[in-house]
Amino acid sequence: MTDPLPPSLAANPRLDGWLDFSARGLVTVRPGKVEYGQGVWTALAQIAAEELDVRLDQVRIAPVSTATSPDEGVTSGSRSIEDSGGALHWVCAQARAALLAAAAARLETAPATLSVRGGEVRTAAGGTGLSYWSVPGQPGRAAAPGAAAKPPARWSVAGRSVPRIDLPDKVTGRPRFLHDLVLPGMLFGRVVRPPAVDATLVEVPDLGHPPGTAAQVRSGDFLAVIAETDRAAVAAAARLARAARWTVRDSLPDERDLKGFLLAAPAQAQPVVQRRDRAAAGRVTRQLAAEFSRPFIAHASVAPSCAVARWDGDAVTVWSHSQGIFALRGALATGLGLDPARVTVHHVEGAGVYGHNAADDAAADAVLLAREVPGRPVRVLWSRADELGWGPVGPAMLARLSAGLDAAGRIQVWRQDVWSNGFIGRPGTGGEPRLLALSHLAGAAPIPPALDGPPSGAMGATRNAVPGYDIPDLGVTRHRLLAMPIRTSSLRSLGAFLNVFAIESFMDELAAAAGADPVAFRLAHLTDPRARRVIEEVAGLAGWATRPRGTGGTGWGLGYARYKGVAGYCAAVAEVAADTAIHLRRLWLAVDVGRVINPDGVINQVEGGAVQSASWALREQVRFDRARITSVTWDSYPILRFTEVPRVAVRIVAAPGQPETGAGELAQGPVAGAIGNAVADAVGVRVRDLPLTTEQVTRAIEEA
Amino acid sequence: MKRDIQLTVNGVARVISGEPETPLLDVLRHDLGLAGPRFGCGAGLCGACFVLLDGAARSSCDLPVSAAAGRAVTTVEGLAVADRLHPVQQAVLDEQAAQCGYCTSGMIMSAVGLLRAVPAPTEAEVRAALDGNLCRCGSHQRIIRAVLRAAAAGRAGD
Repeated sequence: MTDPLPPSLAANPRLDGWLDFSARGLVTVRPGKVEYGQGVWTALAQIAAEELDVRLDQVRIAPVSTATSPDEGVTSGSRSIEDSGGALHWVCAQARAALLAAAAARLETAPATLSVRGGEVRTAAGGTGLSYWSVPGQPGRAAAPGAAAKPPARWSVAGRSVPRIDLPDKVTGRPRFLHDLVLPGMLFGRVVRPPAVDATLVEVPDLGHPPGTAAQVRSGDFLAVIAETDRAAVAAAARLARAARWTVRDSLPDERDLKGFLLAAPAQAQPVVQRRDRAAAGRVTRQLAAEFSRPFIAHASVAPSCAVARWDGDAVTVWSHSQGIFALRGALATGLGLDPARVTVHHVEGAGVYGHNAADDAAADAVLLAREVPGRPVRVLWSRADELGWGPVGPAMLARLSAGLDAAGRIQVWRQDVWSNGFIGRPGTGGEPRLLALSHLAGAAPIPPALDGPPSGAMGATRNAVPGYDIPDLGVTRHRLLAMPIRTSSLRSLGAFLNVFAIESFMDELAAAAGADPVAFRLAHLTDPRARRVIEEVAGLAGWATRPRGTGGTGWGLGYARYKGVAGYCAAVAEVAADTAIHLRRLWLAVDVGRVINPDGVINQVEGGAVQSASWALREQVRFDRARITSVTWDSYPILRFTEVPRVAVRIVAAPGQPETGAGELAQGPVAGAIGNAVADAVGVRVRDLPLTTEQVTRAIEEA
Repeated sequence: MKRDIQLTVNGVARVISGEPETPLLDVLRHDLGLAGPRFGCGAGLCGACFVLLDGAARSSCDLPVSAAAGRAVTTVEGLAVADRLHPVQQAVLDEQAAQCGYCTSGMIMSAVGLLRAVPAPTEAEVRAALDGNLCRCGSHQRIIRAVLRAAAAGRAGD
């Protein structure tokens, strides 16, 4: 029996769409997944080198473009190694098999007597002069089932830590980011955003053409300038912002009452899981209930979003650091009434994005401005304030949990209700462009509320809303908000961050009620051996059994989840110290992500996810008044700094026989749970509302 | 009012004709074509634009170019000697101390500035020196290790 083609390959079956041998001695691989610092191109190069039997330094990764790359959808959800990597295993194995078959025919021998090294075909006696570069027609054919990828036991390039192929440029300052792109004749645009989410531009004087200014652009509430230099554009935009008159209306909820907003907003309730067990429910002798919440959280990339666009006749070319260039192309075409074939989007690396940030919006800005100056490229760079104030954010959430224990301290019943705006607001979702500038044009409608995927699909607020423990009677309901006063979309790990924080906090509360140790209590509700293994490993790594107890001011906590319920396993232990503030000292993590292509790449992603999750859990909340986002600087939107980050230890639990699962997002939930439990251990009071700032801890102590 | 401003960038004397209040970062990136110093916030709060000014690390996005007149500016492009990377650059590679890498050049400049002043820093001193550099990817621990490695190599500074 042969496996079906991987989905990315089935959608893009021509092998020469993925591989190019036109440069002698080199292999160019064309993935449809983009690099934004997660190291995916290095891992894909390892897979290609492994299956083709070429050296890693013979592999080049082609820039991703709608003109030349396979459409692999959005680079998100920790799916690149599974999707793109899964396709490349097949493509490269098939190319290698085709090379060997062709060489065997020429040499009048059996393929099994031949091998490939460095891309050259060899016999036991030595080289044959045949290679990927000398045998014509490699690999111009369609993928077919039956290609035999190497078993991991035979890997020599994949499965080992190799240095990232993109880092040498980044330590020497060589131009590599979109922000560094300079095109001939390029102009510079800056957009003047409204002073509030709901605002109407009443009047704006035409400031004419101050020195260096090429154009002033207005349509409806979209206001911008184009200039010969970026500094002239910045100056002109500032003058325009001072001169423009707007009508401003309040439209945002009260940031001090996010729960009230979440519960009062119109919402659609849908069951996620309904598994009733009357016998189990009858065994309940003790019930607990609690509510957990998170605020709106910003992506807060260190680089403001950037884009370049150029119109040539009725065709437009866009350079963007979007995670989904094919969706962006479609959204631009839909929004502007263009033939998608006339829109080309080239991906150029930006900084880390961590979900759907303003990258796509910047591309729409550039397209609109470039239309004013046909034939000339226009670059748009967002300001820091716009990046923090106008990009989509991760939604505020509320999780209401209740559970029943039996007399022996086992969980018999669990209920979980989750309120949230949708997480799916990327360009093109639901047929809507969902691009900020287009929603400000004359006559345009606001961006509609974000979607959230099917309730059972773990594609939004429901991600990890279903506890992964053995519980007989289980009911989980999603309440998707149908009004979106603050624009929301995907943020790394989607609903898993709050859901796992809530579930793992509640598990500790239930363990305490049952008089059980947190590790033992979890293991008593887990039969999956891979789940048990990561918990046992992290407990050992951290020294859980011998942790200091009752030392006053120090606390330890555990968190666990299997990401999406079906992907990678992660368990985390946190150690905090509490005095006038919460200090996160150390994190230990154990992960099982199936087969691993680049172990150091996995550890880097897990470390980074853990630190970012800690920053969300301890510091971060989007601030706003009734009209606008107010946390628009690094002072008002603080993230964890060098003097505040914990030491992090990561252990990979080997599972070479299991499919790869991705590693970029699985730490977010367990780390939040571990920190929450460590804080409760340290201060003796459960803090259920994120972030775990001094103010929230103090409030929880006062209310206890 | 435009005027000529003289400064030394990566060892080369330059004359910049422009407004004296133009941020140094803008001159480095747009006038001199240096991509290493990066725009992150424009307010000196994130560290992505750090350079050495007479050997000390500081932000360049909030420094008027006139304040650099007559002084030596070093960017990440000016650290390597021929093909030999500066020990801090090499240590960042050795420790794989980056994810997206956008903030990396600013951090390297902070670290070089630190090691010139304090050749054998403690971990706490490294953290304190890098506190003005934000990293959103969470690579902090590797960067700390890289700075300590560069210091231990005993070849840091010049």
